[in-house]
Amino acid sequence: MNKTINNRAWFLVVPVVALVAFNALIPLMTVVNYSVQETFGDNTFFWSGVTWFEKLLRDPRFHGALGRQLFFTGIILLIEVPLGVAIALTMPKKGPWVSVCLVLMALPLLIPWNVVGAMWNIMALPDIGLLGHTLNALGFDYNYTRQPVSAWVTLIAMDVWHWTSLVVLLSYAGLVSIPEAYYQAAKIDGARPWAVFRYIQLPKMKRVLTIAILLRFMDSFMIYTEPSVLTGGGPGNSTTLLSIDLVKTALGQFDLGPAAATSLVYFLIVLLVSWVFYTLMMRNEAQ
Amino acid sequence: MAKVTLENLAHTYFNRADGTAEWAVKRINLQWADGGAFALLGPSGCGKTTLLNIMSGLIHPTEGRILFDERDVTALSPEERNIAQVFQFPVVYDTMSVYDNIAFPLRNRGMAEAEIGPRVREIAELTELTPMLKQRAAGLTADGKQKISLARGLVRPDVNLVMFDEPLTVIDPHLKWVLRSKLRELHQRVGTTMIYVTHDQTEALTFADQVVVMNAGEVVQIGSPVELFEQPQHTFVGHFIGSPGMNVLPAKIDNGKAIFAGRQLDVANPVAAAADGTMELGVRPEFVRFVREGIPARIINVADAGRYRIVDTQADGHRIKLLVDEGEEIPAGTAQLGFDPSQTRLYRDGWLATDGATS
Repeated sequence: MNKTINNRAWFLVVPVVALVAFNALIPLMTVVNYSVQETFGDNTFFWSGVTWFEKLLRDPRFHGALGRQLFFTGIILLIEVPLGVAIALTMPKKGPWVSVCLVLMALPLLIPWNVVGAMWNIMALPDIGLLGHTLNALGFDYNYTRQPVSAWVTLIAMDVWHWTSLVVLLSYAGLVSIPEAYYQAAKIDGARPWAVFRYIQLPKMKRVLTIAILLRFMDSFMIYTEPSVLTGGGPGNSTTLLSIDLVKTALGQFDLGPAAATSLVYFLIVLLVSWVFYTLMMRNEAQ
Repeated sequence: MAKVTLENLAHTYFNRADGTAEWAVKRINLQWADGGAFALLGPSGCGKTTLLNIMSGLIHPTEGRILFDERDVTALSPEERNIAQVFQFPVVYDTMSVYDNIAFPLRNRGMAEAEIGPRVREIAELTELTPMLKQRAAGLTADGKQKISLARGLVRPDVNLVMFDEPLTVIDPHLKWVLRSKLRELHQRVGTTMIYVTHDQTEALTFADQVVVMNAGEVVQIGSPVELFEQPQHTFVGHFIGSPGMNVLPAKIDNGKAIFAGRQLDVANPVAAAADGTMELGVRPEFVRFVREGIPARIINVADAGRYRIVDTQADGHRIKLLVDEGEEIPAGTAQLGFDPSQTRLYRDGWLATDGATS
């Protein structure tokens, strides 16, 4: 059989190629371009090879920010995922309270991110903020603008408040899709509540939980707005997460080369971790 | 094992605004003998699943009591009642192996692993799951999964009652027959009381010694398959069981004789007078014949069903079906029909008519 070869069909994908090029490829390549050059202003650039990358990987400042970032993401995943599942389990499955609970849960997700930062910033102020004032009145020495520990506690509390709802809503969606017969069968098989959770609810929630964890990982790893408004990375550098550090380098110091190198490494880390994570979860699924 | 007694059992899912209830199950008194194989047969929505869930303890009845032997179990949970139930759609614990799935009810009750092993293998052998014991349950086909459900229902040696809620719905037709005879065989082996809920008369009649026919929340008749076929107590049973169902025709009573289409007919249960109520005449297509002189009828349709033919006729404005054996001649156009008197019965308001009894 003769096959007609007609390469003109490729023209049909031109619009898509153009679109992707303008919103992803060209900006990304610009960053790549910056990352291998040195500039002293005046829009003059010098080739510098992989110097910025070599420096970055040995840079204690980058190590510090990456360490804080990993710590932050780890902590909030450890809190938000079990807490979200627990809340979803206690939510009613039918009746008028379902919509009340869902609306209450969705509220934090509807608040603009910098408003969340500002809210917590004001609420946690040690002298006039409701939270800060109460804590100090109760005898805790709490001042998030001066104590790194207080700043971290506030930061994590804020993120948990803002994002646990996402895990709750996704888990809840998984839970309500379990047919009633499973619970009936478990009752007849004499399963204890823990066994019901372990062998029915958790396996049935697995898909949505995978998505929840993946989303929470990516979002928290790239978080900028809320901590920037709440602490600005302080006190000192104690809450300077990766993206705050990056903005300081790029827009505070205008070190375009190092900033570009940081961006690329940052991007690759997010990509790599997401891929590893997703592959692991899906491989379990296939078994 | 136990005898199960239902006393004045009634259940409603919701009460209407005016205080009256819409009953899903209406005042049922019933006894399931110890060790019997029963079927609960009825059309969809007749309340049979509700009744089953009441017996297993998943639903608490609005009124009435349930007794296992002489013990009142109405307030007990499914676990305390010590029963097993297999549902319409397969329920398997996806993350467990087939072995662990079957062992699950035993482990939950704290049986020693040394006892669990032989028991699980025995049941796996019966349900033909032995080659798959090590596989993950999630990977099985629908009928494989339903076999696991069946095995889980049968694995506990000391249950009072095993209930099946239309367990073969998702099974392929050719496997249905195999599994059904398997269940029957299992019943003979283990001797536990079994109740099989279905809307399929073939399933009910092949599985059970005693069939309980339900309609609209009521028990209409309890009997062996033969009794249900030969002596329907209600026109519903006559119509629901048998293929095609019983012919039900309006009748008048005159001088202790039934009259249809202006013709006197002998019946198996003559009643002296037409008391209140609508009288009907019931005769199965198997007991209608062509005769030389009888009820004049017009032949509408002849359907070949293999060894016999189903002839659809019209007499006095009413449809009458009859079965004609292969080879027997069917008159063209018009014919005369005769009913077998010993198999023709009178029904009053749907129920088999008895003398003097008015409902």
